[in-house]
Amino acid sequence: MDKFIRLKSTAVPIPVEDIDTDQIIPARFLKATTRDGFGSNLFRDWRFDNNGNSIHDFVLNNNIYKGQILIAGRNFGCGSSREHAAWALGDYGFRVIISSFFADIFKSNALNNGILPLQVEDKILHLIFKEIEKNASAEFEVDLERQTLSSEEIGDVSFEIDSYKKKCLLNGYDDIDFLISIRSEIEEFEKIQETY
Amino acid sequence: MFDKIWDQHVVKEIPGGRQVIYIDQHFIHEVTSPQAFAGMRKRGINVFRKRKTLATADHNVPTLNQNQPIKEPLSKKQVDTLIQNCKDFDVELYGLGHERQGIVHVIGPELGLTKPGKTIVCGDSHTSTHGAFGAIAFGIGTSQVEQVLSTQCLILQKPKRMLINVNGELSKGTTAKDIILYIISKMTVGGCTGFFVEYAGDTIERLSMEARMTVCNMSIEMGARGGLIAPDQITYNYLKGRVFSPDEKEFNKAISYWESLKTDANAEFDKVINIDATDIEPMITYGTNPGMGIKITEAIPHINSDSFSKSLSYMNFNPGENMIGKQIQNVFIGSCTNARIEDLREVAKFIKGKQKSLQVKAMIVPGSKQVELQARQEGLDKIFKQAGFELREAGCSACLSMNEDKIPSGEYCVSTSNRNFEGRQGPGARTILVSPLMAAAAAIEGKIVDVRKYLN
Ligand code: SF4
Repeated sequence: MDKFIRLKSTAVPIPVEDIDTDQIIPARFLKATTRDGFGSNLFRDWRFDNNGNSIHDFVLNNNIYKGQILIAGRNFGCGSSREHAAWALGDYGFRVIISSFFADIFKSNALNNGILPLQVEDKILHLIFKEIEKNASAEFEVDLERQTLSSEEIGDVSFEIDSYKKKCLLNGYDDIDFLISIRSEIEEFEKIQETY
Repeated sequence: MFDKIWDQHVVKEIPGGRQVIYIDQHFIHEVTSPQAFAGMRKRGINVFRKRKTLATADHNVPTLNQNQPIKEPLSKKQVDTLIQNCKDFDVELYGLGHERQGIVHVIGPELGLTKPGKTIVCGDSHTSTHGAFGAIAFGIGTSQVEQVLSTQCLILQKPKRMLINVNGELSKGTTAKDIILYIISKMTVGGCTGFFVEYAGDTIERLSMEARMTVCNMSIEMGARGGLIAPDQITYNYLKGRVFSPDEKEFNKAISYWESLKTDANAEFDKVINIDATDIEPMITYGTNPGMGIKITEAIPHINSDSFSKSLSYMNFNPGENMIGKQIQNVFIGSCTNARIEDLREVAKFIKGKQKSLQVKAMIVPGSKQVELQARQEGLDKIFKQAGFELREAGCSACLSMNEDKIPSGEYCVSTSNRNFEGRQGPGARTILVSPLMAAAAAIEGKIVDVRKYLN
């Protein structure tokens, strides 16, 4: 997993609530057996019509919006547990998703792939959407060490992240390394466990 | 109950508040496991506890002619990859053609692998289904599948607890599916995020195991990590004699252990919701998430938001309209929500002697090979055939349309599955979620009806 420490970037806004994982990556693209290449089908059915032509008014087809930060409406990533959603976002180039609320499994999948789900209050999210609407090249800075998100319009806003996950992102290591290192403790636990 | 089971599975505390949780039962399928096995190959590690993982092929598989090779090359590759991985890593696979194959959340319970007090995970959000037995069961991502394969553990933050009490008599024609669609419409799609839900109350206690699974299955649709129901005599009766249930000698000992897990009367919850079952009617969704549901007698609401308008325009519905009378083209009876034998029996009983509307394509996809065999043994297949319904072979099918079973763009599909997201049943397809009874009635008339007019 890649480290995440600090990022300054313009952002791509999708002010839609309850964006589910079927929109992020439709099921028919889940047939791969590797983790790569999902980016080209990110938001597939919002980006392209049934004949494969670009849908012009969708933001990913609009050249003025670019960057490694995605800003989305409340309850982002609901629905399926498919980690392909996080892979698609990462493969497309996003490192940070900002929303006022994230679905649980999506959050955990994002963190396991070095993508930071950054939760802000609804009113801050609203301000951010406004800022981009006014100025598509507005820059946002995320500082994981200090746990702050900053821009001209919102100033410095702090965000929460649990200390274990923060350490993982800063150092670029994931849960599995830790779990493998405690396999003998897990074996001890198995000896005392009661099961039917 | 949640706390008791959780606390018994804590292997270790981690600074910052997370815990290492031991997983008793792991299910895998072809879609979310290949990258996990690839990761293990790269690290050069083995499956830690081979007998605690069970694999099946369900999401991609065709529901016709399963004895022939899969036609779609990518689906075939994914299923073949699963076969190869299970072989290389020595994991038990109930693949295509196996008499125990089926949707992972249908076969776990029917084989008796799903038991009270267990921690159960699968790379699939509807793992919450298994909570119906009083287990902590939840969906995980592929990185976590790899963690469980490698160590039988996960690093988790303990969720908050919510209690949803449902009390009172359900009216005729109102089913478990309506209970959960009603609850989701109240809670909204994000309303339970961060919570693990326990369902209780006399309405829940009267439900069969199949019906309880339907309720727990859709817990995820309101954002909950999972849902569970305390085990009782109905649970024990269901479990008795299943392939992987404790044998007779052990069974009573198991029951006394399971009984000890039940929620104490003074247990504390972070949130409590009370639902009056007499307020529930047959439910129906009109929008593009499962929270957009109304009682069949209600009108589509007026809500002033862009997301809401976008959703209604996708469905081609307007605020203030009634759902009753709307023309439909497809009916799908299937999925891990409603494709167990009880669901098929209910549909058969209802359509016996009736004919489906000519303009409707009606498909019944059993949740597992076992369900399919039992339906044939009971002669349900003949009833379906006479009524013009097509009984297919087991799999996820049009629930997410990863196989050939797709709904054409722009058409409506009345479906017993769990998600009505845009494009869920095929690009441009419009999904309307209901109970099996409501779906059967819609198939007969070719339009949305209130099933209760047949029941009085
Ligand atoms: S039936 Fe549908 S919801 Fe259930 S496991 Fe299959 S795809 Fe997922």
